[in-house]
Amino acid sequence: MITFIPRDKVSKNWTIIGPILSIFLTIFFGLLIFTFLGYNPLETLYQIFLSPFSRIDRISDILVKACPLIIVGIGLMLCFRANVWNIGAEGQFIMGTLLAGSFALLFPSVETKFFIFIMIVIGFIGGALWAFIPAILKTKLNVNEILVSLMLVYVAMLFIDFIVRGPLRDPMSFGFPLSKPYPEGAIINKIPFPAIGYLGQLHYGILFIILLIPISWLFVNKTLSGFKINVLGAAPKAAKFAGFKQNTITITVLLISGGLAGVAGVIEVSANIGQLQPEVSFGYGFTAIIVAFLGRLNPIGILFAGIIIATVKLGADNAQMSMGIPKVVTGLFEGILLFFLLTGETLQKYKIKWSKVT
Amino acid sequence: MLKFCMRIFSLFALSASVVFFIFNSAFAGKPTKVGFVYLTTPGDHGWTYAHELGKQMVEKRFGNDVKVSVVENVPEGPDATRVIRELAKQGNEIIFTTSFGYMEPTLKVAKEFPNVKFEHITGYKRSKNVATGNIRFYEGRYIQGVVAGLMTKTNKIGYIGAYPIAEVIMGINSFAQGLRSVNKDASISVIWANTWYDPVKEADAAKVHIAEGADILAQHTDSPAMLQIAEKKGALGFGQSTDMSAFAPKAQLFASINNWGPYYIRKIEELKSGKWNTGDGPNHWAGNDWGGLKAEMLLISKFQNMPDSVAKKAQEALDGLKSGKINIFAGPLVDNTGKEIIPAGKSLDDGALWGMNYYLKGVNGKVPG
Repeated sequence: MITFIPRDKVSKNWTIIGPILSIFLTIFFGLLIFTFLGYNPLETLYQIFLSPFSRIDRISDILVKACPLIIVGIGLMLCFRANVWNIGAEGQFIMGTLLAGSFALLFPSVETKFFIFIMIVIGFIGGALWAFIPAILKTKLNVNEILVSLMLVYVAMLFIDFIVRGPLRDPMSFGFPLSKPYPEGAIINKIPFPAIGYLGQLHYGILFIILLIPISWLFVNKTLSGFKINVLGAAPKAAKFAGFKQNTITITVLLISGGLAGVAGVIEVSANIGQLQPEVSFGYGFTAIIVAFLGRLNPIGILFAGIIIATVKLGADNAQMSMGIPKVVTGLFEGILLFFLLTGETLQKYKIKWSKVT
Repeated sequence: MLKFCMRIFSLFALSASVVFFIFNSAFAGKPTKVGFVYLTTPGDHGWTYAHELGKQMVEKRFGNDVKVSVVENVPEGPDATRVIRELAKQGNEIIFTTSFGYMEPTLKVAKEFPNVKFEHITGYKRSKNVATGNIRFYEGRYIQGVVAGLMTKTNKIGYIGAYPIAEVIMGINSFAQGLRSVNKDASISVIWANTWYDPVKEADAAKVHIAEGADILAQHTDSPAMLQIAEKKGALGFGQSTDMSAFAPKAQLFASINNWGPYYIRKIEELKSGKWNTGDGPNHWAGNDWGGLKAEMLLISKFQNMPDSVAKKAQEALDGLKSGKINIFAGPLVDNTGKEIIPAGKSLDDGALWGMNYYLKGVNGKVPG
């Protein structure tokens, strides 16, 4: 049997060497696989890691792609820190988007500059309400939140599907499942830079991240609530002795993470899609789980983790376009990267002990 | 500081555009660059595989005169916009986006690249540089109906639909017309899978149909699962998008094959000779490239697992559709509640087909929603 034993002290040196070694091993195995499959290995690595940085509009594509991942990831960070396993951010993302989108489509004539802010608030409420279901079931009936939040993802997917095929379907869409386009006020615009114009697709939604990262950093590191969350996750018994209200914390982190997932959905759809359709999320809620852990449950780490994941995804598309490398191959490489990064991190914190099963 | 940043930024932008320009002009006079965007990995059957075969025909026909880039597994949202934009930026002159959900992304990018031609498959919105192409899939289903009507012993036909949208409903109705042209006693039951591709759900739906007594199965979903179940249980059925006889050698009666190659080739030739166009009509199917059996955008695979007499009837239907002798939706048409759709002497036009939200006589139940 294999058991993981926490190390007494995490070595300072290894926190630096670890990730470098992980990346080195990833590159090594990547080279091996690409060579074996007959692709130019160096060019492939260039396409995956560097080509997304080769043009300014590609760099802004990375930010646009990373934006929802980072927002959802930061919400999940709070949950995971408190040992609350919200696996259903995907569903909360969808419900936030759906509620805000329905509002935009039902009141298209509300003409105010603040319309998008109202939508963001509604999106937050939508996501939070969806997360409230596992929260209340967990705290009142001790129902496992992993199962409930995950199952609600599928409910949300079917629900938005139903809405865009039925009540909110654009009558001009020949029966195809699409809503009407969002009204002007519900669209998040691209940012115009003086003298340069647009930087690719960079949109105002990015500003939300710029606000969110420092706020969430202060929250988890400098406030009592943040401290309570950390204690609850690291030492539940200690939290109980200290008199922290476990249920309140559980509900709060679920509501915030659900709300942030909803906001991510509003920003993503208002900036990049501009209407409701059966699929709005494309797995952001699930990928954000990896982002949260890759970022070591730390806002700045999550920023970088989001950027890394987005880069590799974009790089994979570039590799396909310029070299014809199928997505399964780049997906394999992505898997190797995550495997080594996460294993590296685990081995820094834990010793592995092998023992015979008795 | 801000000023400095902006200077750096503009320097970047400038150098990027210079590089782009040099890159572009260096390739002038080189092969036509063609881009394809696929919804899934092509695999060996179904929707995207049919496009892959079309792409291979393009490569075979033009050889070194084209350079094809493909991006597969592109979700129908912001990723599609980015990928299409990237293909346009990389100098592709014509870009085929091969799924309905790419409609808005294609239009969005097309606005930014007025000199690039875009071909959106199965959409209904066009613009100056966005053309749309589609296949009259329903024509093949008429022949399926004829064969089903002659082959069924239980007079129960099981139909698996993806979603209750006009495209699928017109297929069901066309099937019903074919069915009733040879067998007035048979009727169609529909199960909605609510997915285009999910072998498990499709297999379940097939099992339900067979348990309910259906002996002929038809599908408007993408996997060979239905045929595999039919093969196991001794029922018969029709393949979708590509020839699926390899999956069910004893069950497939024939398959309607989506043949995109000739369309792609024609549009690329038009581009090369400067005659590329989007047809007329801004937002309607009229003027759209909507080809069927006659244009050979829809092919029918070998008739098999049926007596010669049935195959002969099927061939007659095929010939009749090709020559225009058979008009599938000619009046008088009544829906399955008895309401008149169109009187004798008239027939439904393309616009009416895309407005179908009812079943014709011969189909059980009613359209959901």
